[in-house]
Amino acid sequence: MKFILKPLLMVATMALGSMVGAAAPAWALVEINVNKGNVEPLPIAITDFQSGDALGAQITEIVTADLKRSGLFAPIDKSAFIEKISGPDATPRFEDWKVINAQALVTGSVGKEADGRIRAQYRLWDTFAGQQMAGEQFFANDANTRRVAHIIADAIYERITGEKGYFDTRVVFVDESGAKNARKKRLAIMDQDGANVRYLSDGRAIVLTPRFSPNRQEITYMSYESGQPKVYLLQIETGQRELVGNFPGMTFAPRFSPDGQKVIMSLLRDDGNSNIFAMDLRSRSTTRLTDSTAIDTSPSYSPDGSQIVFTSDRGGGSGRSQIYVMGADGSNPHRISFGEGVYSTPVWSPRGDLIAFTKQSGGEFQIGVMKTDGSGERILSSGFQQEGPTWAPNGRVLMFFRDSAGGPKLVSVDLTGRNEQQIPTANYASDPAWSPLLE
Amino acid sequence: MGRIAALTRNPAMIALVALLAITGCASKKTPNSAADLGLNGAGAATPGSAQDFTVNIGDRIFFDTDSASIRADAQTTLGRQAQWLNQYRQYAIVIEGHADERGTREYNLALGARRAAATRDFLVSKGVSAGRLKTISYGKERPVAVCDDISCWSQNRRAVTTLSGAGS
Repeated sequence: MKFILKPLLMVATMALGSMVGAAAPAWALVEINVNKGNVEPLPIAITDFQSGDALGAQITEIVTADLKRSGLFAPIDKSAFIEKISGPDATPRFEDWKVINAQALVTGSVGKEADGRIRAQYRLWDTFAGQQMAGEQFFANDANTRRVAHIIADAIYERITGEKGYFDTRVVFVDESGAKNARKKRLAIMDQDGANVRYLSDGRAIVLTPRFSPNRQEITYMSYESGQPKVYLLQIETGQRELVGNFPGMTFAPRFSPDGQKVIMSLLRDDGNSNIFAMDLRSRSTTRLTDSTAIDTSPSYSPDGSQIVFTSDRGGGSGRSQIYVMGADGSNPHRISFGEGVYSTPVWSPRGDLIAFTKQSGGEFQIGVMKTDGSGERILSSGFQQEGPTWAPNGRVLMFFRDSAGGPKLVSVDLTGRNEQQIPTANYASDPAWSPLLE
Repeated sequence: MGRIAALTRNPAMIALVALLAITGCASKKTPNSAADLGLNGAGAATPGSAQDFTVNIGDRIFFDTDSASIRADAQTTLGRQAQWLNQYRQYAIVIEGHADERGTREYNLALGARRAAATRDFLVSKGVSAGRLKTISYGKERPVAVCDDISCWSQNRRAVTTLSGAGS
């Protein structure tokens, strides 16, 4: 099962040949090194995709917004453009683009085929080298222009940064409305830029902490619908719900294993403490992974599935929580957070090298990252009340929620701590979880 | 939900909640019961009624930050609760555990559960039958006081003993 929401979009990709002879590649001229501390956004000119209708301008708008929001690109205002691109296959007059300092140029076209499919193509040009850097053509079987635009933006991002993009992705979250002491909470899903919001629950029961399956159209979340808070699975397409496990007490803080075959979560013990369990979704067998008279929660697998990072207050003191790592079988649990403060909600990065967390320190809530041995802690964002980081699938951007002025909103920030942006949502929003790249 | 039904059945309860919401921000003192708030209208509650429990006994206790220890003032309240519950045995009981907002969602679900369990265990130690007691955690999802300061947070760190109707 591919990770595609209705309406289904079949995307066929075809490389477009270079328009400029067989010149030796000079690709290296235009590139962004995302590992450098302070990246100067790359000036890029994104021309209107040619089309017989409004589609072209719409695609351009979405591609421009994606690249701009990444913080790595500085799209040039169209009013500065000199050349009017004559056609999708024409070689641009590079001088006209160099003079407005456009280091990269995007041209393209979009239209409907006779069979009703959408055909979109783009070319990415290195203006100073006077060469085409990339060119691709996509066919889509439905008029989901936003996805086509996100795919093009991902291709441009990848070609210039050398990193996978993250624009053709979705975010599942908790939509919140109403007064703070009677908040209605609904599961919702949207594109990563806030478009195409769809509700997945009706708001009658409190729902919390939705998380994407890495490989199925499925989320796991916690709901009060039975009266007792429990972890559920939800098929996004069919709306089919299923209780996870048959435990006597509250189950919470669920997350999938990297192969999508297990859900790991906390189970409340009768003594009031909470331990971590994994449930195999095929065999339905459950495995206890911690057995402590402490709060053990917020488990998250390493991307290779061999380790689990979690929150625990087992260290005692004033009962403050810290971050621990253990083997996926529960072996060798050891504390990795030693900074000044309270740590929780650890989430292993998709690249495996970092752990994002929420830290409470000095009356503030901070979103930060540390290496998997706890060293190299960096705070990316501080605020009065914010928590719950989730990683973009390329491991370059984090999203979390920040409570201010009456309710929570979703915020994204680069791994560098720069480029903080609020995600537009109609209502208050919390508990974001980023999907994998769609296929 | 039973909680909403209970609220609509009990006008005094509604008044209590509203008053907490209004006075919460200004109040330095932590109210332990409706009696503290001057809601103890003479003859307002029939002895043995849910209203009697809420208004005259006090249905909630409060906790220190990130703690599930039953404080001395809470022990007094729970002692009254146990005595009342042992006298009026027709009720089943649900203890709600809550946390303030100064913690993350998942941790606070666990913390609320720990507070509810500690409250349950205290009542059991005072002779209330464990079979009548259930617990539920709302973490920080159901604050009663909604301003962003210490006086609010202290009111939200609570365990509320709710009578879930006549038990068998």
